[in-house]
Amino acid sequence: MSLRRLLSIVVKELRQLRRDRLTFAMIVGIPTMQLLLFGFAINLDVRHLDSAVLDQANTAHSRELIAELGASGVMNLRYSLTVPQELDDLLRAGRISAALVIPPDFESRLERSDRPALQIVVDGSDQVVQQAARQLAAYPIERLRNPAAVTRQNVEIVNFYNPERRAPVNTVPGLVGVILTMTMVMFTAMALVRERERGNLEMLIATPVSPWELTIGKVLPFVGIGLVQVTVVLALGWLIFSVPIRGHIWEVYVAALVFIVASLSLGVFLSTLAKSQFQAMQLAFFTFLPQILLSGFMFPYAGMPRAAQWISEILPMTHFLRLIRGIALRGATLADLWPELASLGAFIVVVLAVAVTRVSKRLD
Amino acid sequence: MAAETETAIRARGLTRRFGKLVAVDHVDLTVQRAQVYGFLGPNGSGKSTTIRMLCGLLLPSEGDIDVLGLNIPRDAEKLKRRIGYMTQKFSLYEDLTVQENLEFLAAVHDIPRTPTRLRIEELLERYWLKDRRDQLAGTMSGGQKQRLALAGAVLHKPELLFLDEPTSAVDPQSRREFWDSLFELADAGTTILVSTHYMDEAERCHRLAILDEGRLVADGAPRDLCAQLPYSVWLIECAAPRKAQQRLQNVTGVIALAQIGAELRVLAERGSVDAAGLQEQLSTAGIDAQVRQGAANLEDVFVAATHRKPHDAVAEVA
Repeated sequence: MSLRRLLSIVVKELRQLRRDRLTFAMIVGIPTMQLLLFGFAINLDVRHLDSAVLDQANTAHSRELIAELGASGVMNLRYSLTVPQELDDLLRAGRISAALVIPPDFESRLERSDRPALQIVVDGSDQVVQQAARQLAAYPIERLRNPAAVTRQNVEIVNFYNPERRAPVNTVPGLVGVILTMTMVMFTAMALVRERERGNLEMLIATPVSPWELTIGKVLPFVGIGLVQVTVVLALGWLIFSVPIRGHIWEVYVAALVFIVASLSLGVFLSTLAKSQFQAMQLAFFTFLPQILLSGFMFPYAGMPRAAQWISEILPMTHFLRLIRGIALRGATLADLWPELASLGAFIVVVLAVAVTRVSKRLD
Repeated sequence: MAAETETAIRARGLTRRFGKLVAVDHVDLTVQRAQVYGFLGPNGSGKSTTIRMLCGLLLPSEGDIDVLGLNIPRDAEKLKRRIGYMTQKFSLYEDLTVQENLEFLAAVHDIPRTPTRLRIEELLERYWLKDRRDQLAGTMSGGQKQRLALAGAVLHKPELLFLDEPTSAVDPQSRREFWDSLFELADAGTTILVSTHYMDEAERCHRLAILDEGRLVADGAPRDLCAQLPYSVWLIECAAPRKAQQRLQNVTGVIALAQIGAELRVLAERGSVDAAGLQEQLSTAGIDAQVRQGAANLEDVFVAATHRKPHDAVAEVA
């Protein structure tokens, strides 16, 4: 390993990158765009559901109830219906996702409180809507008759770390993982294959360059790029969505650095499998999907079937998500989270070891 | 003669198979130092594969290789410091400038910075690239790219230079200049192995190997190869060369026929036919022709060695 050779490859790579406007734009463009998209669009705290009301009782109490529920902001009461059939039609057409149904015997049901006095019909094809409706079901109807009635909550949920239940607080740190996975794996795999595809490799392997000088030299600039992306996402997340970083910022960067190296190793490995840049990109996407879906970014780890959890444990992003959410949101330290770091370390060692056996300095 | 110590490349029984295809089939080669040694052969004859094996880029399936006293592929890494290799396709970076490409290659060869600067100036001067210094390599013409590739290949002053069809993408003027550069290098002691499919280039080599379908079919100095050819050449001047060609195709002893301008060039086994005989054959077909003997050239050697048609017709002789 010669430092002069290694540096010359890094310099060459940076020079090429500087002239490749598209890649250069993607380095900053992808994180910014994704941050804005995910930050604004993913919001599990649903409000303003388009809804209808079918008030078959039409009493003072029922009207009061409707007004109160309407004021909660969860529902946007757009239709007032008279026939149950209309409700069916609106739901099926997707014009509403929920409806309040007040039966004709509303008053007597309130009185006897043996059967539910209020029905909320929801479009069950959307899980998030279902959850929102569940909040409404907790409405204390008792109070309509007797405003002084004390409603007791048996279980109290105390929300640590994200009391306002704002979705960006959850998604933005995770987004760092998504963006690094996407760009680090794909850029490295493609950059390494590019040399082979354009015929530069045949010239290079006839020189004293060792395959590892070449690989490391090409991958090093991406470590810097990865750290720039981390900074962009966290800074924008803080500025636009007020996502806090409660732990030490340097610990966030250490975690990111380890994850970047893990992703780069995966990219190096993929580059040894791919014959063209296009194949490299396909392979990168092939590993990208499970990382997004199974890492806990999209769906909670706890809800996954056993087999999916095992796969999830192999993926570097799973561990990075636990690290960054832990440090940024819960104020945890790397020492608290050492098993995740160890898992990432193991991933790097195994994947690089496999890649080493495949990087060759011959054409055959 | 100190023939052994003056040998740059020595290969015996060199063979390379790709699956069922035998790309190089038991080739024996000996290249002397400071020679310009040519590989002549059609596309797919195994020229590139042979060169790659000699550089240690490809493992031979069989055979022994000794290059600059090193056993290849065992000592391939040591060899890489002492050779230059210019690939068939331009393989420097198109998105780097001329200067950047050369600086990169110098670093890759571990040449210290100060000598690098001097060497690059010298090369830019010698290969007329001085005013192209800051131009991106990808935007240069074929001839300029090829001069840059040569500069890159000789940057570290290799003892042995492999050139794989270096002139396939350049105009005739650049080709001539390029060959002048090669002889300049050979005069300075560099051994050069160059593959080509141009006859005029092959003719300029000190020594030549003709490859066909992976086999070495002829080997020697171009002049000797011509002189040793066991065929004679007849030039026929007539009004209807194509008709004459058809008439002579199946005459015993005729190896190959090719129309060159208004003339028909006949390659025939020595003593099988003569001028009078050919003239008579043609006059029976109603063709009035002038026949005279010509001198064998390298193309005849190539045709005889490969039994291939360089232009259009070939007579199959059992």
